[in-house]
Order: sequence, then C-alpha cells, then structure tokens
Amino acid sequence: MTQQNQTLVKLENAGVLVNEKWLVRGVSLEIKKGKIITLIGPNGSGKSTTAKITLGLYKNIEGRVEKFTNKIAYVPQKINIDWTLPIRVNDFMNLTSNLKKEEVETALETTGTPHLKNKDLKSLSGGEFQRVLMARAIAKKPELLVLDEPVQGVDFNGEIALYELIKKISDTLNCGILLISHNLHVVMSKTDHVVCLNGHVCCSGTPIDVANNEKYQELFGKDISKILSVYEHSHDHIHKIDGTIEKKEN
Amino acid sequence: MLDDFFVRALLVGIGMALVTGPLGCFVVWRRLSFFGDTLAHSALLGVTLSYTTEINMALSVFVISSIVALILLKLQKKTNLPADALLGLLAHSSLAIGLVVIGILATIRFDLMGLLFGDILAVNVNDIAVVWIGGAIILIVLKIIWKPLFASTVNYELAEAEGMNPEKYNAIFTILLAAIIAISIKMVGLLLITGMLIIPAAMARNLSDNPNQMVIFSIIGGLLSVIIGLFASLEINTPSGPSIITSGLILFILSLTKIKKKSQLNN
Repeated sequence: MTQQNQTLVKLENAGVLVNEKWLVRGVSLEIKKGKIITLIGPNGSGKSTTAKITLGLYKNIEGRVEKFTNKIAYVPQKINIDWTLPIRVNDFMNLTSNLKKEEVETALETTGTPHLKNKDLKSLSGGEFQRVLMARAIAKKPELLVLDEPVQGVDFNGEIALYELIKKISDTLNCGILLISHNLHVVMSKTDHVVCLNGHVCCSGTPIDVANNEKYQELFGKDISKILSVYEHSHDHIHKIDGTIEKKEN
Repeated sequence: MLDDFFVRALLVGIGMALVTGPLGCFVVWRRLSFFGDTLAHSALLGVTLSYTTEINMALSVFVISSIVALILLKLQKKTNLPADALLGLLAHSSLAIGLVVIGILATIRFDLMGLLFGDILAVNVNDIAVVWIGGAIILIVLKIIWKPLFASTVNYELAEAEGMNPEKYNAIFTILLAAIIAISIKMVGLLLITGMLIIPAAMARNLSDNPNQMVIFSIIGGLLSVIIGLFASLEINTPSGPSIITSGLILFILSLTKIKKKSQLNN
C-alpha cells in the first residue's frame, strides 16, 4: 500500500447536471499517492463541485469516478455548526474516527491549536476553525486528503504556514492531496499538477505549464495572468503558525 | 408489586424516559421537532388500523408511522417543497384519514381523549414488557448507529465524504422514532409524545457543553418529569400524561437559570 504512484482516485470525463445546468463537465484527473493536485479557477467554475465528485457526494454524475481507497479526509469550504448542538473541539476531532488522546493532541499541535482542545466549537474564530478542520483531517491519517480552500480566513503569514503544513503532511503521510486554491494566482510550489477549471478543464499541467498556457491567459487577461506566482519556499527561515518568523540554522 | 397500578405506571414511564432522553437529543439537534409531531399524528391512522384488524396497536402504529416517515424521505428528494410544508401535508392528511376511518367505523366505541393524551395509569404488565423490550431494542440500535448518525448530524457532506453513509443511518433513525412513538402511544398519547422527546432534551441543552453530557441530562430530566408528574397526579388528582409534561416544563424553566450562554464572550 505504500508504493509510489499508486492511483487513489480517477475521474474520467466527469460532470454534474443540477437543475438542467452543468455545474462542471468533462473533468478528467487522477490523484496519486504522495502527489498534490491543485484546482484553480474563477468563482462558479466548478472547483468545489469537482472536489465533491471526487469524494462521491453526487449520486448522478456523467462519466466515471473510480475510488481505490476508503481512508479519506475532507476539509470542506465551510461548515455550520447548529447552536442546538453542544460540541467541543475534542468531540469534533473524533467525529468520524476513534482517536487516542495522544493522536488528538498531536494533530492539534501540528496546526498550532492544542489550547483549543476543550473549547466549544462555535466559539472559535474563522482562522482557528480552519486549523481545527485541518487537524481533524490530519489526525485520521488519510490516504486521500481533499482540502477545499483551506487557507480562507487565515491571514497571509498563517497562509504561508498552512502551505508549509500541507507540504509536511504530504511528505509525512505520503497521501494524495486535492487542494482547491481560493487564489487564482498563488499555487504552492510543491504542487505536482494544476488543473484550471472554468466549467470544464481549461488547461492543466505543471504550474509553469499552466502559467504559460494561452487559455489561462485568455481566461484571466494577459496582464493579470502574469502574476501567477508560484509560491516558492524560502528555506532560510521558518514561518511559525502564529505569524512570527524564526531564522533557520544551516 | 406489579399489582399496583401506580408502580406499573412508574415502571412504564421510567422505561420510556430512558429511551426518549437520547432520541430526543437527536430530535433537537436535527431540528426534527415537527417531524416527531407528524409521526405522532400519523399514529392515529395506525391506531384505527389496529381496531379494525385487531392486530397489536404498537405494531400497527409502528408500521404506519414508518411508512409515513419513509414517504417523507422520498418526497423530500422528489419535490421542491420545503420539509416543513411536506411535514404539514403528511401530518394533517394522515390525521384526517385516521378520523375518517373512525367515522366509518361508527359502531366501534372509541376513546379519542385516551388516544390523544394517553392513560399511563391504565397500563398492564404486557405494556411494561412492550416498553422495556422495545425500548431496549431501540437503545441498542441507537448505540450501534451512534457514531455515523452523530457525524451526519454535525455535517452531512463531511460524514458522506468520509464514508459514514448518512442516508442509511438517517433512515434507521427515522424508524427508531416511529418505534418509540409506537411503544409509548398508549401511555402518553399522540399529543404529548413529542413533548417527552423535546422538553427534557431542551432542558439538557441549557446545562451541557458536550453531546454526551446533554444525553445524560436529557435522560435525568425525563426520569424526573415522569416521577414528579406521576406523584403530582396522584396527590392532586391531575391527569397523568399532561402532569408529566408539565413537570418537564418546570424543569426546563429551572434550567434557564443555569444556562450555558450562547454568547461568544462567555467562554
């Protein structure tokens, strides 16, 4: 199960028709173990829909979805917790799995949120909640991790720290990651494959390929598309999750 | 000991409260209060069915309520109507059909008040067995499905994405609700059954900050309501079913003084 290049999910020409409108159509992609795939595209281009197709949340789809793993963790775009439901972070961590106390604590520490363990889930700020969602997903030790805009509501430094974290997860768990980027122009450098959506697959390839692709430039305008800045990690310092920067010793 | 009508009533009430406590929490969490009402209304049809065919009342109520519940789940998928409109449609039409059938069977003497409000003081040993055995089965099933059901209550898509199969467990939960209504209809009646599901759970919400705690408080609240309500009805000669619900309400009002605040400033 640990071999590289093992396919976890495969979409072939997948599409969803809701109320006689195609939310997205003709998407083919493959997520492999240890690889990161990033979805970009304008609002309403079908990024979240594609993620949900991948997760099997749509019953009637066009095309095919083949799943080769059941160890899946999902970080949704937003999640509303009803006031009628009293639930702490610790309860939420165990939502779809039975974790040991240490596993919960380790995962929360990874995302810089160990102090939130016994807090009411509804009392968290947007950024704290994102990190708890992330911690819950990591704690499951999934083979496939689907992240729908995991950095939203997180400030810029936190964003960089989260990207570092995603890279670390990919390295340590060796899982396949499907990442939806809320920012059209920032794709983390560790991304193996970028899919640009606009109701259909506009273009795909390595980050550099996509940036130079005519269709991508057409979609977002030549001037704007130029700033597709592949985020490179600077390795001389560490961004800690609270935003402070620490010099790395070489 | 079981010869005493009051002891029998207590045993039945306690058995019920043990089951309505945890089920009621899910009813509150999932905003299904009106759904419980609908099932209770449709139970009238089940009762008339049992009068005409002479099959066991709990069984016929269970069958009819389950059918209505499953029709609702289907309609929710097929139509564009919101859930509350569909619930109203099913509640009132099944109640109406029930009353029409009663009208047709005018020869049968029918204690409508007894059906609406129940008569816990008239239960026999058989009823105790139905409540305790049925209740135990409901609790065992609920325990088994607890994890996926709770996950889908918190977030349906998350549960489905991570392989918890929420659709299946929602259907099972719905059937459990039909079952508790079936076994308790004779005791507290159609109109008060949702009260037993909701009031102790609502009280528990005021006192809890995590789901397990809420379930425990909900059970305790239900037990206290039954015990206080029954003793009150004995002492001051009030109708027993409504007395149980009134006790629950008083506990709820008391719980407001200890409320775990909604405010985010209060952590």
